[in-house]
Amino acid sequence: MSFLSYLISGISLGSVYALIALGYTMVYGIAKMLNFAHGDVIMVGGFIVFSFVSTLGLNPLFSVLLAVVLCALLGVLIERIAYKPLRSATSLAVLITAIGVSYFLQNVALLIFGSSAKSFKSVVPIGEIHIGTELVISGETVVTIAVSLVIMVALTLFVNRTKTGKAMLAVSEDKGAAQLMGINVNKTISITFAIGSALAAVAGVLLCSAYPSLKPTTGAMPGIKAFTAAVFGGIGSIPGAMIGGVLLGVIENLSKAYLSSQMSDGIVFSVLILVLLIKPTGLLGKKINKKV
Amino acid sequence: MKKKLSPAFRDKLVTSGIVVVFFALCLILTAAGATSNQFRGLIVPIAIYIILAVSLNLTVGVLGELSLGHAGFMCVGAYVGSIVSLLLGDVIENGYLRFPIALLCGGVIAGVFGFLIGIPVLRLRGDYLAIVTLAFGEVIKTIVRNLYIATDAAGLHINFTAIADMDLDPDTQKIIVNGAMGISGSPRDSKMWIAALLVLLTVVVVMNLVDSRAGRAFMSVRDNVIAAESVGVPVVRYKLLAFSVSAFFAGIAGVLYSHNLSSISPSTFDYNLSIMILVYVVLGGIGSIRGSIIAAALLYALPELLRALNTYRMVIYAVILITMMILNNNEKFKGKLSRFSPKTLLDRMKRKGGDRI
Repeated sequence: MSFLSYLISGISLGSVYALIALGYTMVYGIAKMLNFAHGDVIMVGGFIVFSFVSTLGLNPLFSVLLAVVLCALLGVLIERIAYKPLRSATSLAVLITAIGVSYFLQNVALLIFGSSAKSFKSVVPIGEIHIGTELVISGETVVTIAVSLVIMVALTLFVNRTKTGKAMLAVSEDKGAAQLMGINVNKTISITFAIGSALAAVAGVLLCSAYPSLKPTTGAMPGIKAFTAAVFGGIGSIPGAMIGGVLLGVIENLSKAYLSSQMSDGIVFSVLILVLLIKPTGLLGKKINKKV
Repeated sequence: MKKKLSPAFRDKLVTSGIVVVFFALCLILTAAGATSNQFRGLIVPIAIYIILAVSLNLTVGVLGELSLGHAGFMCVGAYVGSIVSLLLGDVIENGYLRFPIALLCGGVIAGVFGFLIGIPVLRLRGDYLAIVTLAFGEVIKTIVRNLYIATDAAGLHINFTAIADMDLDPDTQKIIVNGAMGISGSPRDSKMWIAALLVLLTVVVVMNLVDSRAGRAFMSVRDNVIAAESVGVPVVRYKLLAFSVSAFFAGIAGVLYSHNLSSISPSTFDYNLSIMILVYVVLGGIGSIRGSIIAAALLYALPELLRALNTYRMVIYAVILITMMILNNNEKFKGKLSRFSPKTLLDRMKRKGGDRI
């Protein structure tokens, strides 16, 4: 039975990665940039909920909603201030700017909250669930999987069915052509950043509920892993990010359980290197033939 | 008659001159006792980061492949160098004899790793390559975090679980690498002048490489792989060469690093370090060796100099970084800035002189 419980907690961890990876992949698809500050939005989301619940004593669910809205605003703000002036710049210049934004968010959090880890009170109201005699699933795991599933379905429907979603697809395919078709490119990019950052906030809350320690650097490692998940699935592809995220979480948890808990990060990254060696554009990535 | 120097040679001369003058000043001031303790402590790290930035510039700037795993190569160099020094500690007592061996071993092994990571480069492009190099750095970090090496009368012991599992002879045991605790007790062989010499060596080698047939091949690969291939540039060979040379010098920097501090820990060599080096390269100017040197020295010293501002310093550093990137890519600002550049001022002076006649 223990294999099943490791698998389930792996899926739960993986769906958090998937939520973060969705933000990476959508932003990459539309702005063609690696948003290194994305991982730190997770941390910001966590700290917003932490301050509302623990300091101000607000209702947890309301605080989460507020955190989602605030992080979405933060995402739009970051894009407007830091990335928009660089739209025609080289990708490396944008990458460095994103790193600057990441430093900025981390160090502002450090100024406000200090470097010691805060213990995050779980926002999940349900307790452990017992199935049979041996299988015990924590409430956080169930809620994480359920919330992620709902968000992924909603996002897929949103992107494929609504006008705004289709506009996002159009802009990510060809910015110039989309503009000629009357799509407001600036607005579409802002919406993408808002959705990505909102997802990061949700991921942050779920992550901190499962692993209740919050530091200014909390977002860095999940951010990097989600980034690898996005590349693993084929960067720019929304279903790819979901599959990549879940697979990465499962691999990490199973290698922690059966191989070595110390080496799990190394194993995850080794698998990534192997996958990319065999399939250089990730699992679902499109192969682009370069022409002269 | 005075022989005219070629522009490329003059350029190299100026860049090496900057390095020589900077480090000569540092050495003279230190010898005269005019430097503070804090400043003296900065010189070797500045040398290390200059070597790292210049070598990373070879892959990112000249070859045009984004690498986020430079700290991994540095880590390999640091570990190999320290292990060699500690193992040779009893055999060769003289630091000046032992250190070159450590440097060479660290550099060469890091170069071999550079070659290995160069192989996926042949298949991957752009962001995919960036993530593989980042993953490589993290894998290296995880491995050394779980690496235990010790010696006793029975010889050398290596494992990946714990020191306690090795059944060491308690009388003769000597722990060399202790997992997450890293390595402590490396001899402090990184003298200031050695670091300065190594910077000069790196700069001269990299500049000559860039200016050679290989360097032109690197740039052709960066500018257009397909065109380069179709005129017969062996792309595979040159990519591997660039990665190996870049990793070799990162390894050298690693050895310098591990012999400058009394202990090193694996957590130092994470992707943040790689990114920091990349920031130096980009802000110094992609492909410009001189830019890398100046940016590494200035930007490494900047947070140290801002230390007086205490907790605000990293926030200020981040704001400076973002502002510099945005302004650097702003045409209007560039236009205004170029009015004050020495070249424009010189041109204007010449024009004024011309008017008078």
